[in-house]
Amino acid sequence: MDSSQIVDDTTAAVELRALSKQFGGVRANADVNLRVERGTIHGVIGENGAGKSTAMKILYGIYRPDAGEIFVGGKKCVWASPSDAIAMGIGMVHQHFMLAGPYSALDNILLGAEPVRWGFIERKKARERLESLARQYGLPVEWDRPVEQLPVGIQQRIEILKLLYRHSNILILDEPTSVLTPQETSDLFANLKKLRDEGKTIVIITHKLKEVMSFTDRVTVFRAGKVTGEVETSRTNPQELANLMVGRKVVLSIDVPPARPRPETAIEVQGLSLAGPSGSRHKLSDVSFSVKRGEIVGVAGVEGNGQSELLQALLHPRESRCRTAGPVRYLANDVTVWDAAKIRDLGVAVIPEDRQSEGLLLERPVSENFLLGLQRSDAFSRAGFLRLRNLEKTATLAVEEYDVRPRGLMNTAGQLSGGNQQKLIVAREFQRQPQVLIAAQPTRGVDVGAIEFIHNRIVRARDEGAGVLLVSSELDEILTLADRILVLYEGRVVAEFQRADVSERELGLKMGGG
Amino acid sequence: MRKLLQPILAVALGLALGLAVTWIAGESPWHVLKILEKGAFGSGYDFGMTLFYTTPLIFTGLSVAVAFHAGLFNIGAEGQLTVGALAAAVVGAVWSGLSAPLAPVVAVLAALLAGTIWGAIPGWLRARRGSHEVINTIMLNFIAAGLTSYVALYLLKNPDSQNPETRPIGPGYLIHQFGIFGGAPVSAALPLAILAAALVWVLLWRTSLGFEIRAVGQSEPAARAAGIDAGRIRIIAMCLAGGLAGLVGVGEVLGNAGKFKVGFSPEFGFIGIAVALLGRNQPAGILAAALLFGALHKGTADLDFETEHVTRELSLILQALVILSVSADGLWSWMKERRRPVIPETAGGVTC
Amino acid sequence: MLAQLLASTLRVSTPLIFAALGGMFSERAGVVNIALEGMMLLGAFGAAVGTLVTHSPWLGSACGMGAGILLAALYGLFAIRLRANQIVAGTAINMLALGLTPFLCKILYDVTGSTPPIPIDQRFRTAPLYLSWVLVLVCWVWMKRTPSGLWISFAGEHPEALNAAGIRVNRVRWLAVLISGALAGMGGASLSIFLSSSFSRNMTAGRGFMALAALIFGKWKPVPTAIACLLFGFAEAVQIRLQGVSLLGSKPIPVQFIQILPYLVTILVLAGFVGHSRAPKAAGTPFQRE
Repeated sequence: MDSSQIVDDTTAAVELRALSKQFGGVRANADVNLRVERGTIHGVIGENGAGKSTAMKILYGIYRPDAGEIFVGGKKCVWASPSDAIAMGIGMVHQHFMLAGPYSALDNILLGAEPVRWGFIERKKARERLESLARQYGLPVEWDRPVEQLPVGIQQRIEILKLLYRHSNILILDEPTSVLTPQETSDLFANLKKLRDEGKTIVIITHKLKEVMSFTDRVTVFRAGKVTGEVETSRTNPQELANLMVGRKVVLSIDVPPARPRPETAIEVQGLSLAGPSGSRHKLSDVSFSVKRGEIVGVAGVEGNGQSELLQALLHPRESRCRTAGPVRYLANDVTVWDAAKIRDLGVAVIPEDRQSEGLLLERPVSENFLLGLQRSDAFSRAGFLRLRNLEKTATLAVEEYDVRPRGLMNTAGQLSGGNQQKLIVAREFQRQPQVLIAAQPTRGVDVGAIEFIHNRIVRARDEGAGVLLVSSELDEILTLADRILVLYEGRVVAEFQRADVSERELGLKMGGG
Repeated sequence: MRKLLQPILAVALGLALGLAVTWIAGESPWHVLKILEKGAFGSGYDFGMTLFYTTPLIFTGLSVAVAFHAGLFNIGAEGQLTVGALAAAVVGAVWSGLSAPLAPVVAVLAALLAGTIWGAIPGWLRARRGSHEVINTIMLNFIAAGLTSYVALYLLKNPDSQNPETRPIGPGYLIHQFGIFGGAPVSAALPLAILAAALVWVLLWRTSLGFEIRAVGQSEPAARAAGIDAGRIRIIAMCLAGGLAGLVGVGEVLGNAGKFKVGFSPEFGFIGIAVALLGRNQPAGILAAALLFGALHKGTADLDFETEHVTRELSLILQALVILSVSADGLWSWMKERRRPVIPETAGGVTC
Repeated sequence: MLAQLLASTLRVSTPLIFAALGGMFSERAGVVNIALEGMMLLGAFGAAVGTLVTHSPWLGSACGMGAGILLAALYGLFAIRLRANQIVAGTAINMLALGLTPFLCKILYDVTGSTPPIPIDQRFRTAPLYLSWVLVLVCWVWMKRTPSGLWISFAGEHPEALNAAGIRVNRVRWLAVLISGALAGMGGASLSIFLSSSFSRNMTAGRGFMALAALIFGKWKPVPTAIACLLFGFAEAVQIRLQGVSLLGSKPIPVQFIQILPYLVTILVLAGFVGHSRAPKAAGTPFQRE
């Protein structure tokens, strides 16, 4: 069905009115209004968890709204499932690709829109059409290879071909560049512009201001589940958008005095490598660096350039996927063959990348989460038995000190807000009196007050003599806290800077592989 | 409160459905219920038999629960208890001369060890080879059945019997039976089971290892990041699970039959899943649930000759219904949902 | 002797093939099917009763398939609609079938545990055997060439992708589970009205699980699965042949070792010691739309 035939060109391609959606008591969208003009590239920006993806998934029929209305081409629509949205010409490329690894590119594209004759799929016919589409837009793909064997950029191409194959007029792309190299990114946007010029409407969800500024026609900004602004790109600037995104001046308020590194080494690795799943760039190759006690070393880079693998390798150096040229050293100990527990017992604190899955037992009470990793420490155990009274006493104090709210130890971790979950993890990890601190994305999705608090704690740990490795994809965070900065790109360290010697622009360039 | 209410409701629901079946079969549910009650608790002997069935169910319930806490599904309690019982019987038959204080201890350890090994296999396979324990434990159940019947039929066959069973164990191995149950074989295995329940509670909620087991079950990535070797913990948990199930052999071989009989277990291992579920994987709950299912097992045994149409298989049906009603987490929210008007899912599809 | 052995291999593997193909549908769609055993058992019972009533093995096996579907519907209600743990629900379904069949026998025939014998002229001679192999081909084409086959594969491998492509995941899963019940029921039917002459208590004796093992051995694909069924059937045939036969002197051959072979092999395959077998990624995970 082609909706553009029915209505004139002045109506919006898509309009959302007063959309609301809750997930188990958490408000993901509240009273969202959004208008996308026909034949434009429309940016939807906001921080992680601001509700942009939720709104788009409602538009695509994956989620059902609790309240609100959807208009496509001026007509009110109620989706029972994505198939209704697809029928109206809406298509979506999800952040996590909707591709089944063992099946061919062709089957992944056909799914749900198979050409059928006598009850059988006509793969040949589909293939011919796809080949002509691929030629038209310059998107060649090996149709018969299982998608798990294809690189990420090609997988995204398959996702876009899926939409074109279904005659989608409205293309929604959720964080399309988070997994792409700069070259792939510019190719993608060139293709998107081509599609726009042919009359398609494109919606891009992103949190990268730069992309929004250079590639979109209009922008809608989300913050905490609400729309805080909708502007024409040519009439705005990054600062304004940033303010709309975070609702505050994005000037980080803490002032970090210069470090006084000590001669002793906290972490040292030589030629560390870790294999990722085949075909992906998610791997680490031949990384060498050292962190002295009393300094913060920042690891900057676009997500998915080996950060997760670096963290894995640092904590589990003896795993078989891990290769190393020289010994992995923590505080002058060769830990290459140690298990994680022994490494942690040296006084290694870790703020994990994904706090919900790696940091917490969501269904267990705060007290048990405080115990996690410390269950064999002298403070909380004796002869294999837990010292629960000690745990309660210490946890009560820590919850107070780190301002975890609500205070009760019996609330489950899952009941806490993101910021409080993170504070709980910080409280627990600092319980170790860290000599080494590995902090990954320590303030992701955390409210302003907590960000400052966590930053101050990290700096204090440094000043007390801990060696800190800070892995973050937030440039601001790196530039504020780190004394030295490593740039991770495609699994390699491609640059190293002293904080004083580097500008944001230069850093950004290196992060993009420049 | 809801924690207690839900299992009770589930039992009530299962029982009601089961009795509805008997009613359809043309038997008064009230009559059936009375037979069940009398069969399970009517006399000292009946109650003794109920306790006799309760004992293995405590062990298998604990076995399933310990694995559950580590995030593992132990469908293999049946196989583990089979090899455990066989091990006790083999030790008792081979070193039949051993005498009282030492003999039962050795046999108990043998049962424990055999069960542990049978549990360790799927634990190791899961931790180190990544193959799923559900399929492996099912397969090991059949392998255990095959191997034990080979031993009972060929290696240690009882020459005095036509039945597939091993030679009797030495007299020094027999453990104490309580006299107050009119001859029902309630032995020292029952206090052993209750002790095991207490120890499991201490382990899970009061020790570092227990915390690690629960942490792995809750979230493997979190446990790993905290320095817990999830694979090792899983192997330990499966060893414990296997050992607990293996102890079923104590009551059967040392406390009752005095030998290993092929097919002695009316699927205690599977009923253990129901016991653990109904007991919410808590030792105290498991004791209560084991007693319930033990009573059910004993009570239904009399149905064959006390009623026209209802057979003892009613116990299986009741167990199945209880498991189903406990299993469906969605059931409770579904029933709530039904009462509340919801936006119709298919409100005419596209209304464009 | 060899020809006899092969003939009996083909015969005893027939119920396995039906059940394993049934299992394939549900597992490929993402619903682990431990309940195969119970569906088979109720199918065997339904077929026996149906044949005794209608005097036709064809109508009888239709009854068996109906019984399998009925149980599959109950399983689907819990495993799909109510998002119960599939292993738990499957175990319960097996218990239910194990308890219900003798119970119903008692009510219908006033005998505990088995139905009256079915006259030989009302039983199948060879039809299920041929049918099972036709079905292998049908399933192969179905999974490879039809839209619903593709949907089933995606429901088990990446249900979110299927949902995003506009197909209702749980409908596909329902379809697969019901087919699974029908085929398992037919597997049961070929036990009671093809391989034997009546229904008896727990007559499947683990064949549902063996079918599951064959499915793993066959990497969840129709043709290799059927071949695995043949292998397991061969083991069973050999074991029946050797029962009580003595070789090399007086000792009878312990058939138990042949008996456990399929299970042992399955463990080895699953662990990657012999070949490698990967389950559908989303098998066992309930799907819920928000």
